[in-house]
Amino acid sequence: MIFRGPIRRTRRGDFDVRLSESERQLLASLVAQLRAALEDDTEAGGAKDPTLKRLFPSAYPDDEHRDLEYRSMVHDDLVARHRASLDTVESTLSATRLDEEALLGWMGAVNDLRLVLGTRLDVSEETELVPDPDDPDAPALAVYGYLGFLLESMVEAVSG
Amino acid sequence: MAPAQFTSTAGSAPVTAPFEVDQPGTDETTDPDIPWIVLVWNDPINLMSYVTWVLQKLFGYSREKATALMLDVHYKGRAVVASGTREKCELDVFRLHEHGLWATMQHDR
Repeated sequence: MIFRGPIRRTRRGDFDVRLSESERQLLASLVAQLRAALEDDTEAGGAKDPTLKRLFPSAYPDDEHRDLEYRSMVHDDLVARHRASLDTVESTLSATRLDEEALLGWMGAVNDLRLVLGTRLDVSEETELVPDPDDPDAPALAVYGYLGFLLESMVEAVSG
Repeated sequence: MAPAQFTSTAGSAPVTAPFEVDQPGTDETTDPDIPWIVLVWNDPINLMSYVTWVLQKLFGYSREKATALMLDVHYKGRAVVASGTREKCELDVFRLHEHGLWATMQHDR
């Protein structure tokens, strides 16, 4: 069965974006929140905010000296890369058609949002994405699940 | 890794990779002077399809090879996805980090 999600490659090679106004508003809000979290986080060696740690990973987990060197070297580039993806989503938020470059920005931003939200929710491979409605994390889990659905659709579209 | 959530085509059941996994480095050269390897580790957030796509995009691997590596990451906990000089591996790790994968590098012991 071919998964037919909201993002689809067109015959011209760009991408149709079939998202509702509320989905776009949700993305706008999440992108603004991640931008603010990145603004607040200025530590050169990595992330001060532990929920951003997946955006600034270790290269040498067993070698503190080399790892610090690596983190210092790449930190600004990683921040710039994360911000550029957020910029792309913000500037194309109401678009119904994206070129491939813009789609790659969307994929980067949505994956970054999943990494941060998944870290905040401490998800595991067993995490139930259709949560108990009484779970205080239920709304955030629903958003996390939605972002997975959206990313899956983008991967499918760009690979197809 | 997180299986696809809304498809019936992937991640539904444990799968044994039905093909040989090429160990990068061993198929290119056996030069003992190539001492570094790049590992990608399993994590509960990244989607299986996304990891496969990133490996194809960054390393030019075929879908089959990228899928085999992704399945190694998922079921064995990690996979060697590249090898070479320290400088090359650091760049590969950085590109994987740009894409949100959990990648590290170490001497190929």
